[in-house]
Amino acid sequence: MEYKVVDGVKYTQQHEWARPEGNIAVVGLSDYAQNKLGEIVFVELPDIGAAVEAGKSAAVIESVKAVADLYAPVDGTVTEVNETLLDQPELINQDPYGEGWVFKVEIKDESQLASLMDKPAYEEFIIKEEKEE
Amino acid sequence: MRKAKALLFEMGRSGRQGYSLPSCDVPEKPVDELLPKKMLRTEPLEIPELSEVEVIRHYTELSTRNFGVDTGFYPLGSCTMKYNPKVNEEVAALPGFACMHPCQPEHTVQGALELYYNMEQHLKELTGMERFTMQPSAGAHGELTGLMVIQAYHRNRDDHKRNKVLIPVTAHGTNPATVTMAGYEVVQIPSDDRGNVDLAALKEAVDDTTSALMLTNPSTLGLFEEEITEMARVVHDAGGLLYYDGANLNAIMGYARPGDMGFDVVHLNIHKTLSTPHGGGGPGSGPVGVKERLVPYLPVPLVGKKGDHFYFDYDLPESIGKVHSFYGNFGVVIKAYNYMRMMGAEGLKQASTDAVLNSNYLASLLKKTYYIPYDRIRKHEFVVSAKPEKKKGAGAGDIAKALLDRGFHPPTVYFPLIVDEALMTEPNDTESKETLDAYAQAMEDIAKDIDQDAEKVAAGPYHTVVGRLDEVRAVRNPILRWEKK
Repeated sequence: MEYKVVDGVKYTQQHEWARPEGNIAVVGLSDYAQNKLGEIVFVELPDIGAAVEAGKSAAVIESVKAVADLYAPVDGTVTEVNETLLDQPELINQDPYGEGWVFKVEIKDESQLASLMDKPAYEEFIIKEEKEE
Repeated sequence: MRKAKALLFEMGRSGRQGYSLPSCDVPEKPVDELLPKKMLRTEPLEIPELSEVEVIRHYTELSTRNFGVDTGFYPLGSCTMKYNPKVNEEVAALPGFACMHPCQPEHTVQGALELYYNMEQHLKELTGMERFTMQPSAGAHGELTGLMVIQAYHRNRDDHKRNKVLIPVTAHGTNPATVTMAGYEVVQIPSDDRGNVDLAALKEAVDDTTSALMLTNPSTLGLFEEEITEMARVVHDAGGLLYYDGANLNAIMGYARPGDMGFDVVHLNIHKTLSTPHGGGGPGSGPVGVKERLVPYLPVPLVGKKGDHFYFDYDLPESIGKVHSFYGNFGVVIKAYNYMRMMGAEGLKQASTDAVLNSNYLASLLKKTYYIPYDRIRKHEFVVSAKPEKKKGAGAGDIAKALLDRGFHPPTVYFPLIVDEALMTEPNDTESKETLDAYAQAMEDIAKDIDQDAEKVAAGPYHTVVGRLDEVRAVRNPILRWEKK
């Protein structure tokens, strides 16, 4: 696989990942997505305490090529945001699953997370998407 | 090519000046006697000290670096960079037009009002709509005006739950921004395998919260929506309206009309389709046309006619109000009107014929070297995917830079988003076969260069005033003001 796909997180069809930590999910952009966007230059973070809805825009990622929405993978309330990204948006390029995390959300409904893709399913999804283009 | 030179502020010598004034014929007074102290500068004003010839040479040299339709091929997709006939400028500059004041009484500007009125008749015929406003000053402004009209329509019917606007992924880039600006929520509709809007997905998305579907037809892929009448039916049946983004009208003039396809609102970019300058040269103009049931909500005034008399019609009680001071960018309307009169109905149809022919011809040449997804007969533009080249080490952005080295303005890159490494190319109706052949040859040469040394292509351009710019640094740490070191 050309792109890094890690274990222990769940993936959406819009290429976000969510890592459960208790009743909190850490949310970020997959390596595939950061690769497609190219060098990221600006991140607009959600407000702490904001209610986000699965599949709805929660943050905005801007690269030299395009501006993209980052959709919330699950419903919930934002508990923390990665403010380091405001000065160093390139962390999403450098370490998408680690220091490039975007926000944390308190999970409302565990089953939403369970319905997302795991590593093998997401790898298959990327391969399919690559073929279609 | 000459390389970047010194700024005006870095040139000159202390005390050098480009003027000489006669001696003062009243007694001179020191400035601190004339102005209160708090209004006086504490440091001397830093202005360049130059002779007239230095200033003239500086700006003349800068002016030669402009690239426009008048200097070369400009195949910017979705933007119809067609040639702007100079006679348009002559007509707009006639003293009767140019020296008019917008506050003049109606009876002294009958000629201008007649032109406005006639222009509206022409646009109605071209699009199949009932009435037009010329107020919006460009396409995106027209979009916002159109959505406000749609909003007013729903509100006036006490239909307050329509808070969503559907937009296909192949839409013009300004559409989602306009929708958000108008206070709506964007719902994206995917494309199917042929590049059409996915009809099943549209049916699923439409409901009683749908305010409108916003559509560019042909789409940014240059493809005509084959199911347009069925799409219109689906949206109308749910109580929604159809908005037509006229950015791509150059493909279908005289062949198809948005009004006949079922659209309720349309904006035209007359600075694209009807040959008035655009792209920094503006100003633009984005007239909005509507079907009969939406006429009451148009901005005021419209221009009406009673017998032989033309007048400003403010009698629209449900109007959304004004969206521009006075009557819009009237000078631009004059140029477009002149173009339409010179071309005639047959001429406009021929322009669309030529635009579509040029696009298909150029695509057929590029297809030999490049990958073009959604390969079917297209309208005015087509999208190349430089994905295979990207894998070799030089993508769409690098090809664009290489085109600069060969004297061409690049096409639109990285848009539409549904095509990876997109090069969205619109050759338009005013280009000759020789120009298209030369462009195709340049693209072929670039493909060869990538095969031989992709790294070199990815580091270009080499012959422009400045070389490869650091786009990331420019966005992350922009230097917006020159400061003396």
